[in-house]
Amino acid sequence: MCFTQNFSQYLVIGLANGFLYALIALGYTLVYGVLQLINFAHSEVFMSGGFAGYFVLQAVVGKQPHGVMSVVMIVLGIAAGALGGGLVAFLLERVAYRPLRRRKAPKLAFLISAIGASYFLYNLAGKEFGRTSLSVPYIFNGSNSGIAFTIFGAQVQTIYVIWAVAAIVLLVSLDRVVAKTKLGKGIRAVAEDAETASLMGVNIDRVISQAFVLGGLLGGAAGFLFGLNFGVVYTMGFTPALKAFTAAVLGGIGNLRGAMLGGLVLGVAESLPLSCVNPAWQDVIAFGILIVVLLFRPMGLLGERLGRSA
Amino acid sequence: MTAMLRLGGVDVRYGAIPALRGVDIEVREGEIVALLGANGAGKTTTLRTISGLVRPAKGYVALDGKRIDQVSPHRIVALGIGHVPEGRRIFPRMTVLENLEIGAYRRRGDLRSDLQHIFGLFPILEQRREQNGGTLSGGEQQMLAIGRALMSRPQLLLLDEPSMGLAPLVVEAIFDIIERIRDEGTTILLVEQNAAQALQLADRGYVLENGSVVMADDAEALLGDERVRVAYLGEGAA
Ligand SMILES: Nc1ncnc2c1ncn2[C@@H]1O[C@H](COP(=O)(O)OP(=O)(O)OP(=O)(O)O)[C@@H](O)[C@H]1O
Ligand SMILES: [Mg+2]
Repeated sequence: MCFTQNFSQYLVIGLANGFLYALIALGYTLVYGVLQLINFAHSEVFMSGGFAGYFVLQAVVGKQPHGVMSVVMIVLGIAAGALGGGLVAFLLERVAYRPLRRRKAPKLAFLISAIGASYFLYNLAGKEFGRTSLSVPYIFNGSNSGIAFTIFGAQVQTIYVIWAVAAIVLLVSLDRVVAKTKLGKGIRAVAEDAETASLMGVNIDRVISQAFVLGGLLGGAAGFLFGLNFGVVYTMGFTPALKAFTAAVLGGIGNLRGAMLGGLVLGVAESLPLSCVNPAWQDVIAFGILIVVLLFRPMGLLGERLGRSA
Repeated sequence: MTAMLRLGGVDVRYGAIPALRGVDIEVREGEIVALLGANGAGKTTTLRTISGLVRPAKGYVALDGKRIDQVSPHRIVALGIGHVPEGRRIFPRMTVLENLEIGAYRRRGDLRSDLQHIFGLFPILEQRREQNGGTLSGGEQQMLAIGRALMSRPQLLLLDEPSMGLAPLVVEAIFDIIERIRDEGTTILLVEQNAAQALQLADRGYVLENGSVVMADDAEALLGDERVRVAYLGEGAA
């Protein structure tokens, strides 16, 4: 039967993808929160994280690591991806957005600048790193996509476990940072009322930069996690980032927990129907969801802006 | 005595429209200075210029003898100017406590004694500390806006119509607190439409009309002035 057949398997795949979407989606939502701007170059932040993780592992992984060393390598790759993503996000804000802000440019200029920066970055990556996909070294037994365990008839790949654990740690950390730290309070204050935040001594430019970097850290980490399974290539950011953007809209753009929820919902929603239809439908379904959400619930599922405490 | 804050010949324009013309104002340490005027006279614009949100086209703003008219708002806070904006502008989805913490954003170190001080002035805020700012009543929001500005330990506090939309008893309470804040050593520039009450509290006052200062005098003199009585104290022409 359609839907019930392999239900648990598709659910597992959907959740695993959803965790990655959630990580990427936060980058859109954080930047939107403080700037009311969609950073369409976020796909390249994700890609940069993928390459950063790839190059670092390429340099340090000699023979196939086992046990604890596998975990060390994963953490190292995530850290490298996060730093690569954070750095590119920081530079993007400085080069592609801040000068426009200084000149009080219209919103359309930001969009064009984002698209330009995105083309620049991925073409640069394509030129420097080649046009074919590069495999990240195997860092645990067998391959990066072996089966870890089986639950309710669903085979759970090792990579899914890694995605879920890494994403949960990162998502919870981000949630705490935004709720509890001075950095997070600054971001929320600027998101709620930038001018008043500046009257309280908050440096708006600095907070905007921080929001880009925070989103870049998560997006870059996601790039590495994605590359671990699918390899890295200059075009890798396009589809996952567009889906993550869909997830951010689905959750209510600007709403952090909404982005997390939106990522998981989208991952599952695009995966479950695949028990009935050809897998080629997956992306069609995902973007169909975007259109339907925009039509019927443009403020998203949770539909509330960044700034929620706790 | 030298002025703590001085505006000299300040012109401000929004696009082509002039909002302030040659405004001279000074505020001395320890004073409460009232800034009066009808809707659209330029009172809010004056405060926004002092805080760096608006740049003057001409003239200067100086704090303790140093020009601040090209300094960013967040740095001006660090120089000792607190601003309670028109309409309170509290952060609605942050708790009362978080609103107060944002007020101390430029400062390092322990905030406990400051919080105690604020909760001493406004005990209701302590009861509401975990509640989102947006759920407070108008009066409570005004108290929070004042408390939030005090968290930066300003030497000069700018208040933009703190009595707006509040019941007479609450207005009374707010004015008492303003006096107390001054007595504790903070200089105050108070924008008000509520001219009578403002002048009773203030040492001196300025009257703005169409972006220009048309009167500047001791508060008592302004209270007795015929034109002020007619235009701002709601008394019919004698
Ligand atoms: N952002 C703006 N853009 C254009 N014009 C503005 C802007 N802000 C204020 N003005 C204009 O500048 C003039 C002075 O406004 P301002 O807000 O300073 O007056 P106000 O004395 O505070 O009035 P109120 O008592 O109503 O608060 C008004 O004519 C107003 O319309
Ligand atoms: Mg005003």
